[in-house]
Amino acid sequence: MAEDKNTLDPDADPYWEGAAKGVLRYRRCTNCSIAIFYPRSICPNCGATDPKWAVSEGAGVVYACTTVHRAPPAFAERAPYTVLLVDLDEGFRMMGGLLSEPCETTVVVGDRVTVTFTDGPDGRPAPYFKPV
Amino acid sequence: MSLKRACAIAGVAESRLGVVPDSTVLTLQAEAFAAALFDAGIEKTDVDGLLVSGAWGRLPQLQIAEYLGIQPTYADSTSVGGASFEFHLGHAAAAIQAGLCKVAVILYGSTQRSKQDKYIFQIRNDLGYQYEAPFGLPTPVGAYALAASRHFAEYGTTSDQLADLAVATRAWAALNPKAYRRDPLTRDQVINSGLIASPLRRLDCCLFTDGGGAVVVVSPDVAKTLDKPPVWLLGQGESHSHAQISEMPNLTVTPAAESGKRAFAMAGVTHDHIDVTEIYDSFTITVLLTLESLGFCSPGEGGAFLANGRTGPGGDFPLNTNGGGLSYCHPGQYGIFLIIEAVRQLRSECDERQVADAVIALISGTGGVLSSNSTCILGLE
Ligand SMILES: [Zn+2]
Repeated sequence: MAEDKNTLDPDADPYWEGAAKGVLRYRRCTNCSIAIFYPRSICPNCGATDPKWAVSEGAGVVYACTTVHRAPPAFAERAPYTVLLVDLDEGFRMMGGLLSEPCETTVVVGDRVTVTFTDGPDGRPAPYFKPV
Repeated sequence: MSLKRACAIAGVAESRLGVVPDSTVLTLQAEAFAAALFDAGIEKTDVDGLLVSGAWGRLPQLQIAEYLGIQPTYADSTSVGGASFEFHLGHAAAAIQAGLCKVAVILYGSTQRSKQDKYIFQIRNDLGYQYEAPFGLPTPVGAYALAASRHFAEYGTTSDQLADLAVATRAWAALNPKAYRRDPLTRDQVINSGLIASPLRRLDCCLFTDGGGAVVVVSPDVAKTLDKPPVWLLGQGESHSHAQISEMPNLTVTPAAESGKRAFAMAGVTHDHIDVTEIYDSFTITVLLTLESLGFCSPGEGGAFLANGRTGPGGDFPLNTNGGGLSYCHPGQYGIFLIIEAVRQLRSECDERQVADAVIALISGTGGVLSSNSTCILGLE
């Protein structure tokens, strides 16, 4: 996966630049005001183009979670690990990892969590969550 | 405008299933194609429509038509995962109703088991997928596990309830000589089968097999000339809502809610009229969510609905009577086999597993990660 760094994806560059600085970026529609994630060039609600970039506080609630025991090959050494869907307070949902340190960390649906950026398997910072 | 009785299904067939090492995607589809035409009593030269989905080759529609030696004048490669073939059935009906073709064949094949083709399991890292790729969610099981976790938390659904579906489905498979796994199964065996992605265990997951299938769809005029009783399309609806699980609006409501509403309205029937039901069981949770979304039970009641073998042989809600993707076969995109089994049930060709007096069947295909759904209602009259 290391060769796929998305450096040729201008749609995503501001997001990953934010991630590298520990900042969670999303977009917000300038017409209907909804929060947009994943970030994209058109509002999936009203169709307005060029939504503005915004910064999230990174706090939210676990919407769904699973602990992966049979991992894809590239992730086998990490298993078991937990993957979350989190509803951020700004009004969008995203996928994230659960910070694996300490390794006994667990969350359940409905728990409050907050984001931190740590290196993912490809060496690039990615959003992981920890319980509040 | 309605598709009610716009077309009939005249023939269905599988290829060899399970592990078929001496095959290719082309030979398996050719097997199913020839057998389905024979079942229908229709010549290859009469085929003027072809509907194909598959995760193989460069341009599957062109490659398989070339191999079979047909030059269709109506083509549809709608590819929305395992539900593609229920979409195709509606599209074939519309094409036939519009006079664009008279004999359309829906076709699928896969050698994923023998060729160890795990393309669909690869984690993609481009476009929208780059926002999920870093976390190692296995595809597709991890997405379904997330949906299950949400349903468990929201409604108190349990692993035992899901296990009971796997057990009931295996009991149907025991009655189907073509099923891949036919040994009896217990709830304890499912619960002890090892977590893949919590709360889903190995026996909550579909098989990984080879196999192909074909369905011959004809105009009402053609149907009247054939020997076997036509199975009519009474209603169809389709919808898709997302491609990746983090974009699914509500993890406990699938696009079956929309497609089912449309199919029931078109057919002019209610849930009580359905004699036999075939629902895509990629995972046990898929069936639970689909039953709720179709309105067979209220949101949150799917677990209780499935518990204690109600859907198995002798139960009052015969479901996945061939043994399903869980126990009969699952060659990647399973939806075509839902149609095949529903047609055989309505024709009373199912021997030991035959549901008595079945005249109306419902099939509901789900594709992607709960992304797409088409529901079709079929009837003998
Ligand atoms: Zn908008």
